[in-house]
Amino acid sequence: MSWALVLEQTLNGLQFGVMLFLMAAGLTLVFGIMNLVNLAHGSLYMVGAYLAAAFAQWSGSFVLGLALALPATLLVGIGVEVIALRTLYERDHLDQVLATFGLILFFNELISIVWGRAAIYTSVPPILGGHFRILPGVPYPTYRAGIIVVGILVSVLLWCLVTRTRLGMRIRAGASNRTMVSALGVNVRLLYTLVFGLGAALAGLAGAMAGPIYAVQPGMGEAILIQVFVVIVIGGIGSIRGAMVGAIVVGMADTLGRAFLKPMLATVISPPAADKAGPALASMLIYLLMAAVLFFRPEGLFPARSRS
Amino acid sequence: MTADRRRDVIVAVGGVLLALVPPIAALTDQPFYLDLFRRMMIFAIAAVSLDLILGYGGMVSFGHAAYLGIGAYAVGIPAYHGITNGFVQLGLAVAASALVALVIGAISLRTSGVYFIMITLAFAQMLYYLGISLETYGGDNGMRLAARSRFGGPIDLAQPSTFYYLVLAILVLLLVAGRRLVASRFGMVVRAAKANEPRARAIGFSTARYKLTAFVMAGATAGLAGALLANQTEYLTPDFMHWTRSGEIMFMVILGGMGSLFGPVIGAVALLLLEDVLSAMTAHWQIILGPILILVVLFAKRGLFGLLAGARVD
Amino acid sequence: MLTRPVLDVRALSKRFGGLQASDRIDLEVVSGETHAIIGPNGAGKTTLIGQLAGDLRPDDGVIRFMDRDVTRLDAPSRSQLGLARSFQITSIFPELSALDNAALAVQAHRGSSFRFWRPAREERALREPAQKALESVGLGARREVAAANLAHGEQRQLEIAMALATEPRLLLLDEPVAGMGLDESQRMVRFLATLKGRITIVLVEHDMDAVFTLADRISVMVYGRIIATGPPAEVRGNVEVRRAYLGEDAC
Repeated sequence: MSWALVLEQTLNGLQFGVMLFLMAAGLTLVFGIMNLVNLAHGSLYMVGAYLAAAFAQWSGSFVLGLALALPATLLVGIGVEVIALRTLYERDHLDQVLATFGLILFFNELISIVWGRAAIYTSVPPILGGHFRILPGVPYPTYRAGIIVVGILVSVLLWCLVTRTRLGMRIRAGASNRTMVSALGVNVRLLYTLVFGLGAALAGLAGAMAGPIYAVQPGMGEAILIQVFVVIVIGGIGSIRGAMVGAIVVGMADTLGRAFLKPMLATVISPPAADKAGPALASMLIYLLMAAVLFFRPEGLFPARSRS
Repeated sequence: MTADRRRDVIVAVGGVLLALVPPIAALTDQPFYLDLFRRMMIFAIAAVSLDLILGYGGMVSFGHAAYLGIGAYAVGIPAYHGITNGFVQLGLAVAASALVALVIGAISLRTSGVYFIMITLAFAQMLYYLGISLETYGGDNGMRLAARSRFGGPIDLAQPSTFYYLVLAILVLLLVAGRRLVASRFGMVVRAAKANEPRARAIGFSTARYKLTAFVMAGATAGLAGALLANQTEYLTPDFMHWTRSGEIMFMVILGGMGSLFGPVIGAVALLLLEDVLSAMTAHWQIILGPILILVVLFAKRGLFGLLAGARVD
Repeated sequence: MLTRPVLDVRALSKRFGGLQASDRIDLEVVSGETHAIIGPNGAGKTTLIGQLAGDLRPDDGVIRFMDRDVTRLDAPSRSQLGLARSFQITSIFPELSALDNAALAVQAHRGSSFRFWRPAREERALREPAQKALESVGLGARREVAAANLAHGEQRQLEIAMALATEPRLLLLDEPVAGMGLDESQRMVRFLATLKGRITIVLVEHDMDAVFTLADRISVMVYGRIIATGPPAEVRGNVEVRRAYLGEDAC
């Protein structure tokens, strides 16, 4: 276990955390402000990935593909919100869960009709290809580093939006007290649509960036969605800060766990046993972490104040 | 006829119809239907168990399929190692599911609302990944059931109708016990906790322990269904525990009628029939099922049993 | 002090961000007393009730009930010790009948509820005391009606019946006549008056007629503090109290 490997995996953990954060930020805002459980958030991630791949293929440029996929996913998100989700705001969580579950089935199947069920592999664009040297003897994939950079940029932008702008102020107010916000005369409908659109765009960005390094296939949204849930539960619903902390924690724990748990276990128990137990434990790690956090703080680490 | 009477009649008719499936299937030489209805009843058992905590207890557990998986592996793993005694396997299925439900419930029930949904979902997915990592037992491909459960005597699961009537008997027993349970002292507390938890606590009920008990009972029953499912499909995979399975079971409860015990039976039959019909029409049947589910949620919350039997009198 | 107080609150404090909702509250309620707590809106009465009932954890201070420290006990445990409460906003089991509602209250205090087979509705040990509780508040004839279908005033009566069905040592009533018309509230006050002396009552109310009819002693709360405690006549004449209520129709 070399330090170079540890550094590489730590960066991978950071990169995964960034992806999780992009998803979690949108989802937690939607939970916090609209009190909407949206299982179909992963579908927007999937739509972003497919659209980016499609536009990239059509235009021949990865960057153009991504640039087009973002507004396209935003539109899809707003479309979903206006058509299907508006009626759900007043419903209880069970209804929302079931209805958005139906949406997942619909989207997964729609994608397979258009693009087929087999995974699509997109390649890393040449300008971002290859490795660069962080430290002597430690190469790191440029693309993954690019994701980290984008993630940090988006986090900063999001932070500015939420803390410095009027929209952000309304978002924060809405997250802590929804009824008050509408009583103060804010156009709640528009606010909801904007928030949802923002979440969709973030998910689409994550999906578009995910294309080259993860498999693009129907159902890809759900795999990451559950991990996003873990992030939000750990971080606290309605809180961007919580989403950030949660995402880093989960990203690191999962990546480092998968890389190092087996060899670490092998130092305490026999290698064949570690061979079996290691991967199993690694895949369960973030859930065990979630359980531990919940045991001490059922509301998560940084919950926004309770909404009415 | 009062609503209660109508409900009883529908249940009785349903029971008779289910009992008649094997002879009819034999007469019309369509063994496929015996298989199909047996599968429906197994899922009905899982759905009824979910109704206990969802419809009566208000606990939106989105990880109920995990117990199906545990029950299935409780049959599959011993069978792989040569242990085919059905009583041992069923006992293991129930005990393991109950234990897991106890742990998951104890942690999840500290939360409520959105958190609870997400946590139950996450834990079920954790078990799914655990199942995938079990390379010896097939990993994510799953494995064939080495041999069906043996119960000795006249109960031979290789005989389709014997197996069918066993499942039917379990379902009927479950419904009878469930009826008693929801009317008992315990059932009243669980229902009170759903209706108004602060009120229930204010009159002196520590609702958490009753909810946890109900959660464990439901999990154990779903484990039993899982054991039967393994015998039914003769194949087990971690997919039994996939969260979309949990969604399906939940839909059976809603479609049939939440909080009615028998409704989920109708829901299981209806949903599996619907899936069967749709998948014959097109390979992309889920694109039709999805919107159907959405429409049911938006417009037919009372479920089929509610429509048939009229307003529910508690 | 001839009798130990049923409820003994010392230095109770609770803060919500910038707001000191409870500010070192001292309160003593003796057995058989009917003690009213009044105060302008925002005085912190609801927070106080919440802490007495076990819904809110105080930041500081001690609550002793029946000579036991209950500060850290949750609401169900306090109920088991004999503290019953009614809610300001009617809180009942809407789809169950009035009798079922009351029977549940009885059930919580009679034997184990880990019984899985026998229908609860067939247990006379539950139905009879429940019926009695309903009759005592005047709801006897309405026992089979779903609680959601009762009139507002009847639902408030049901709340009291449920509280009484638990055979409490202390009754904590949060605005019992809230939202009631003149006739209904007068009936409720007459009923509560029949409880005087037999049961210890802590009563939060805005309706001054009710307060001055029922209370043996009154505590006045303003901005989280109790500024006066005493018999009605004494409180009426208190200068600070008058100042606190200036501009509101009261005394």
